[in-house]
Amino acid sequence: MAKKQYSFYPGCSSQSGASSSNYLTSTQSMVKLLDVQLNEIPDWNCCGASIGYAGGGELPRVALSARNIALSEQHNPGQEIVATCAACWLATREAKERLDHSATLLAETNEALKEAGLVFKNEAPAARHMVEVLIDDIGYETLKSGVKKPLEGIKIAGYVGCQTNRPFGIDGESFENPMYLDKLVESMGGEAITGYDQKVTCCGGALAFSEPEKSQKQIKDIIESAYDHGADMIVTPCPLCQANTEIYQGEVNKRYGTKFNIPVTYYSQLITVAYGGSAKDAALDGQIIRATKLEEIAGK
Amino acid sequence: MSIEKYRRNFLKEVEERVEEGHWVKMCMQCGVCAGSCPLGPHWEHTPQKIFMMIRAGKREEVLTSDSMWMCTSCYNCIVRCPRKLPITHIMHGLAYLAKREGLVPKNQPTAQFGQMFWDNLVKTGRVNELKLSLGMYFKDGFGQGIKNAMAMQSVGLGMMKAKRLNPMEIMGGHGIKDKSGFSAMLKKARELEDARRKLA
Ligand code: SF4
Ligand code: SF4
Repeated sequence: MAKKQYSFYPGCSSQSGASSSNYLTSTQSMVKLLDVQLNEIPDWNCCGASIGYAGGGELPRVALSARNIALSEQHNPGQEIVATCAACWLATREAKERLDHSATLLAETNEALKEAGLVFKNEAPAARHMVEVLIDDIGYETLKSGVKKPLEGIKIAGYVGCQTNRPFGIDGESFENPMYLDKLVESMGGEAITGYDQKVTCCGGALAFSEPEKSQKQIKDIIESAYDHGADMIVTPCPLCQANTEIYQGEVNKRYGTKFNIPVTYYSQLITVAYGGSAKDAALDGQIIRATKLEEIAGK
Repeated sequence: MSIEKYRRNFLKEVEERVEEGHWVKMCMQCGVCAGSCPLGPHWEHTPQKIFMMIRAGKREEVLTSDSMWMCTSCYNCIVRCPRKLPITHIMHGLAYLAKREGLVPKNQPTAQFGQMFWDNLVKTGRVNELKLSLGMYFKDGFGQGIKNAMAMQSVGLGMMKAKRLNPMEIMGGHGIKDKSGFSAMLKKARELEDARRKLA
């Protein structure tokens, strides 16, 4: 079977030395183990994320994503764009949707792109999230069949968050109670905390930085519920969810007098370990709160 | 100025000047968005109220509200709204219009952070997280900056230890190659949008 190939949009926070560089490292290990090839879009730019609206109006923001899509069309023709970051995925999909629906916006976007010597041809299919590739193109059964070191005995709360779940979401999943992370955990031999009631709670997004007293209440609820359900670990598909819930646990402890210390990992780290990758392959050294149970399995 | 033509008709102004603003008239005031918003307890004006105020012509009150700056873009309202209003985007659009009209409440931290984020990404085409953090800490002066940085020291050190914060980024860090094409593109995009939305 020919290797599956995708045009890859990694996003700013995945770069080396950035807050989700462990996501990128583990994704690269994961796709190698799954025999999937990611072709990075050359010279890709920031998508504007969800806070970009403060400085850039609609057209500049659409132009950011259109530039990435145009570069993908030019360098990786015929390949679907895949993003690992929820905001990157959302911005790219949303831009294409708007360009499909407004001739004015399309004409103006192309006028702007011309300044960079590019054209948005609208040939590329809608952007996809990496979890869609796992679920739809590979499938739970196939994923399961490749497991070498099942994540036995680890109780994992699947924290889906906002933007991987809304407004597009994963095909066939409900916005209120998506099950795919639980199913991915189970495919890897872990124990999914299916009753985890904070799985789609907003982590506070950019407010974690600008108005921490507001976002830390969100973060506290998300972590507390994982503990209440007996989780050893939280898993998430979103870099901002990961950063907010892991990095600020200490701050939440200070504010609320709690004693949280729960690892928050990416699905790509779980899969890498279950597929026999090392702790380094899974970028477990990139955890601020060590995922010791995963490290143990990786070291077996 | 050209906005003279909207005098006393804020709804019409929103329809023409705000991203996705043409949806506002579709709101049926059911309150689902207000009840679904995670930041609801902090909003002086929920989306439902904002839409009502727009229709009541309360231009000043809407554009000076800090509520829309607290939207975290969680899209909860969008998926639940029975009328399918793109509420998140309208909030972003209103915030942006308020900024362009100079009506954002002074020192609104998310408005400041958002602008810093944009300026940061425009410079090199990609976000420099270190500069963004430092910019946020030091926005209220040097003394306050040192205090903020000290308070967040353990967070910063943890990030550095995990190699998820690189002090060398201060030297410039990641960026795209075609910076000149990128800036020209954004400049053009802004000109075109300003002309269409009369955002002089
Ligand atoms: S949920 Fe929709 S229809 Fe209901 S008040 Fe909010 S915007 Fe209006
Ligand atoms: S997207 Fe914004 S307005 Fe809508 S529910 Fe979330 S925070 Fe509230």
